[in-house]
Amino acid sequence: MISSSLAGKRIAITGATGFVGTALVERLLRAVPDCELILIVRDGRRTSAARRTQREILANDAFDRLRDIYSSSEESFEEMCARRITTIAGDVSTDGLGLDADSRSIFSSVDTIIHSAAAVSFDSPLDQAVEINLLGPVRLAELCHDLNIAPHLVAVSTCYVAGNRRGTAPEELVSEGPFAIGLNWRDEVHSARRLHGDTEAASRTPARLNEFRKRARAELGAAGAPALAAKTEQIRERWVRDELVTAGRSRAASVGWPDAYAFTKALGEQALTETKGDIPVSIVRPSIIESAWAEPRPGWIRGFRMAEPVIISYARGLLKEFPGVPEGTIDVIPVDLVVAAIVAVAAQGSKDAPFITQVASGGINPLKYRTLVNHVSSWFTEHPLYDNEGQPILVPEWRFPGRGRVQSQLGRAKSAITRAESVMQMLPLRGKQAEFAATLETRRLEVERALEYVELYGLYTECEAIYQVDNLMDIWNRLSVEDQQSFTFDPRVVDWAHYVHNIHLPSIVEHARVKSTPGKVKTADRSTRLRNQVLDSKRHVAAFDLENTLIASNVVESYSWLATRRLDSRERLRYVARTLTEAPGLLRMDRRDRTDFLRHFYRRYDGAPIEQIDTDVDAMLTGLIISKCFPEGIRRVREHRAAGHRTVLITGALSFNVAGLKPLFDEIVAAEMTVRSDGTLTGEMTSVPPTGEARAQILADYCDAEGFKLEECVAYADSSSDLPLFEAVGFPVAVNPETRLAAIARKRGWLVENWSKASGGPRSLLPIGPLLSERERRRSFS
Amino acid sequence: MPRPGFVLDVDRSTPPMLFWHGEKFSLERLPSDRSRVIYPAEPFPGISDVGGAIRHALDNPIDMEPLRALLVPNMKLTICFDDASLSLPKMRRPDSRQRVIEAVLNLAAEAGVDDVHIIAALGLHRRMHEYELRHVLGSRIYDAFAPAGTLYQHDAEDPENLTVLGTTDHGEVLEINRRVAESDLVVYANVNQVAMDGGWKSLVTGVASYRCLSHHHNPESLRNTRSLMDRHHSALHHSIWRLGKVLRDHGPKIFQIETTINTDAFPSPFDFLSKREWEWTARDRATFLATSKTLNRLPRRAARKIFHGIEAPYAMTGIHAGFTESVHERTLDDVYRQHLVEVEGQTDILTLGVPFISPYNPESIMNPILVMCMGLGYMFNMYRNKPLVREGGVVIMTHPTYRDFHPVHHPSYIDFFDEVLADTTDPVVMSEKWEKRYAEDEWYRHLYRTGNAYHGVHPFYAWYWGAHGQQWAGRVIIVGGDPVAVRRMGFTPASTLDDAFELASDVVGRSPTITHLHVPSVLVADVK
Repeated sequence: MISSSLAGKRIAITGATGFVGTALVERLLRAVPDCELILIVRDGRRTSAARRTQREILANDAFDRLRDIYSSSEESFEEMCARRITTIAGDVSTDGLGLDADSRSIFSSVDTIIHSAAAVSFDSPLDQAVEINLLGPVRLAELCHDLNIAPHLVAVSTCYVAGNRRGTAPEELVSEGPFAIGLNWRDEVHSARRLHGDTEAASRTPARLNEFRKRARAELGAAGAPALAAKTEQIRERWVRDELVTAGRSRAASVGWPDAYAFTKALGEQALTETKGDIPVSIVRPSIIESAWAEPRPGWIRGFRMAEPVIISYARGLLKEFPGVPEGTIDVIPVDLVVAAIVAVAAQGSKDAPFITQVASGGINPLKYRTLVNHVSSWFTEHPLYDNEGQPILVPEWRFPGRGRVQSQLGRAKSAITRAESVMQMLPLRGKQAEFAATLETRRLEVERALEYVELYGLYTECEAIYQVDNLMDIWNRLSVEDQQSFTFDPRVVDWAHYVHNIHLPSIVEHARVKSTPGKVKTADRSTRLRNQVLDSKRHVAAFDLENTLIASNVVESYSWLATRRLDSRERLRYVARTLTEAPGLLRMDRRDRTDFLRHFYRRYDGAPIEQIDTDVDAMLTGLIISKCFPEGIRRVREHRAAGHRTVLITGALSFNVAGLKPLFDEIVAAEMTVRSDGTLTGEMTSVPPTGEARAQILADYCDAEGFKLEECVAYADSSSDLPLFEAVGFPVAVNPETRLAAIARKRGWLVENWSKASGGPRSLLPIGPLLSERERRRSFS
Repeated sequence: MPRPGFVLDVDRSTPPMLFWHGEKFSLERLPSDRSRVIYPAEPFPGISDVGGAIRHALDNPIDMEPLRALLVPNMKLTICFDDASLSLPKMRRPDSRQRVIEAVLNLAAEAGVDDVHIIAALGLHRRMHEYELRHVLGSRIYDAFAPAGTLYQHDAEDPENLTVLGTTDHGEVLEINRRVAESDLVVYANVNQVAMDGGWKSLVTGVASYRCLSHHHNPESLRNTRSLMDRHHSALHHSIWRLGKVLRDHGPKIFQIETTINTDAFPSPFDFLSKREWEWTARDRATFLATSKTLNRLPRRAARKIFHGIEAPYAMTGIHAGFTESVHERTLDDVYRQHLVEVEGQTDILTLGVPFISPYNPESIMNPILVMCMGLGYMFNMYRNKPLVREGGVVIMTHPTYRDFHPVHHPSYIDFFDEVLADTTDPVVMSEKWEKRYAEDEWYRHLYRTGNAYHGVHPFYAWYWGAHGQQWAGRVIIVGGDPVAVRRMGFTPASTLDDAFELASDVVGRSPTITHLHVPSVLVADVK
């Protein structure tokens, strides 16, 4: 009996937060009542290991069945978990797993270790895959040596360690098989680490750093130094990662594995065999693990795995072609079968368990690629997904093209979209058009993702190895009938048609949160929801930018309006001509740095009499500001006030130019200019104008002083230079966003408002003040 | 002698009729044998010696001493005048208000009166722009008074400068401009373009506060105003007359000067508008064709500019001065003489061509709310005894009803359209649910007081203005209107007049009787 042979055992599990790990914990708790579990979980960035156990493992819907069982028993589910589960913080990519003294003593009492922690992503960077997949098992073995214990170590690997090959793949070490090419795992570890160091160094060369900066600027615009720095560093890290991913894939391909995952896993097996010493080791190799056949419930799945993105992309019509060999076998195995096999191997004990057990379907119950594809397409024909217009999406006919053709098709699509995107980026678009341009980015990302699938998974679908399961069937045949019932792992039980149609596809469609009912998507609902959140009385402060957020005007216009108000027609003409010739230079300067631009531009106020300006700005409120305002924006400010929020205007405009807006705001933060004793302006500002990252700081200071929380603040602005402000607050709202901001807002799910001027308002071609009567002008000059 | 107004029965030989359509016109053929067109009287001749008539009126006032005798040195004299909502279109310079006020100022100067304030009695209307003040008063008055701060505009939201004079027996509080209340003599110079204007309404609305105006500017009284052009059957005017009594008993001495003008509204080349269609000459036809083709091609903005640039060659037809109530009765006689047209019975459908202008958009945009106000408020109310259309009948208006708003003049109208009308079109509901919020909004108050915006509550008043017509009509159809705007106001959009008749047939059957109110030119139908 499996449950009795594991009774009273202390079983340590790594990778419990993963797909297999979660199912394994659930199965052991439910089907092996008397074992104790020690979960080795990494500390999260913000959450402790223990907390992760609660949130990421026990809160999963896999445990619903168990909760049901315990709902009617004396001991509650939580009590049972507390009694049987011990979580210790540990990380397989650190020597000694990074265990503290207490954890070490807990660990030293284990009877069995199930090692299922892995970097399963097919595009892990080489160094990371090496640290986790290759060295993980070695570190576990070393820890046991160190603690002087010899528990039964069940290591979960993968069938694909067999590499790219046709024909049968037996249950034996690859390094001992006929295709071994004599790789030394220590050399691989050494060079992966070295490569990591080299790549890090290469990413810091001046040329590269300049390029990263340039890319950051292109993406964010004039977002201020801190935001640009953060973005640049993010791009650099991304670059390092991408380099290492490519390195991993190339290295794996060069020595005959489809990717770094299989490659490092294969070396991991070899390294573990070499370093295990007297520790009894059993290796379990599943093939492609998919949703559950029956336990804990049919269709249970965790995370988005290998085939799902491909299937969903196909169902959504994004992927018209996908490479593969129609008569090839796609080796899929439901997760509960894998878990049962692992438990069975552990229960066999260190003496009886086979060294290597493969859990795969290809050998005895193969699913042909063509059959799978037919099932998928017939299912989606019956249950189509729907597009945003509520129309069903017709699934394309799968023609089994070669990988090269699909790749070049996608490549062409990608470069066309990228070109269109860069053209759109250069156009001065705002609002709706900018949002459209931002959708291009989404399209591009989709194509890029599809390309990745094709590159990565294509190899797997084209794989024609048949994994033998003799050891597995040996164990199966030894099991009692009861065990066979409660720990089913015979791949022959799976009826593929039933599995694909009634279990797997319904489950992943539900999981993918795609639109599976007809009717239009109500994006308006989403905006309304966000709008309600923004106007909720729980919010504290609403901060507004001015230019292009509340009014369609800028500092140049207000200056021109004031400057020309008292000029006659001839002087006006000269003024306009001069300003137009300067415009391109000003524009360039503004793009480069807003603060510099403002400093430079405000010099023009030098010598202007403040008294005259004060009279003129009253007229400017109606003459320029109100006629160019966005009525919906002004209404929103007042709605915030009505909701009891503080309203704050943060603008680079000069304080006297926005004085007319005082009744709208509790606080106006604007650029201040010093005045000479003779009542003329100096053209110099008293402090740094509130632009870019300074705005975030100003709002933070304001909240601090007034006792408000930044995460309860709403910020309205129009440009990516306001990113620091947007990121600081809890509720960012992009108003008439330019393309860059539209793309960012779309990605992050921010509320986007498109406000326009009142149609019908006065439109003057040039932002110049109205001609005063001759008499009035003489009077004001005398 | 000008020909009087009359009712034309449409037969098969009747030419198509002119309809205003905002900044455009169209010619529409009305169904024969069941349609009639009401034409106004031709413009009455003006007074030939205006200066003499003014002097005569000031020297021989009704039920009061001559103005000369009322003016003494060291007195506080305040002159109030009607704002830019009168006349429509604006009159050619010199405006009658300028001529009257200049005459008053001359007398005041002779009498040695120094303390003179001139106040634009604009109630909750927008402040006038400088060029408008110059237009109404002339630059001489403007330059003499404005820089010194003694020519200014009434501010209904300035608590410092408002004062309560008393309460009527209906509990209505009279709260008006402090300077007016504390003057020794108030002279009011008005333009009585239609019968609704003048009398106590001049001061009691022109220099009052929001609180005071809300006693009569509300759905209840406007639904019982039958009609605006018949003050003896108008709940609005009854309330104003009650407040006028308080003003008379507790307020300053008031010397009311009312002037009437004729209906000569359009100069060449638009003079064909005032002619009867079958009397159009070849030249009129050509002008009509040319102007309407041009207007159809012009951008709205340009067309608006042309129309708001029109200065009417109005002539003064009468001037009376003295005690407000006595003066106003004489004025009404003069107005009715020009405007009244006898009409026999009501019809099923009333058609109205709505023009580019209403009292609330001089130099501005006729937004959808003003279309409603102009059509169901003013034009529908151009009657005495009973409305031209039977109760439950259909009102068809022609107007493009663009969703255009002037951001400076009508900021609260924009929000009213987006917020209030999206919620309700019922005047009673909106007055209870929304009015206060708009009336007391700080931002609207700021724009009203410092900018050129109508008061926050004004869109409500514009809407209430049409409350009677809205309640009376079984259906309101707007031909050629923006469907979204029209539907939001609770009306039915139609693309052509024939479609509108088709839509109306649900309410009034297949062969309804139709009355078309011929506009331009103003008339009041005396419906028997």
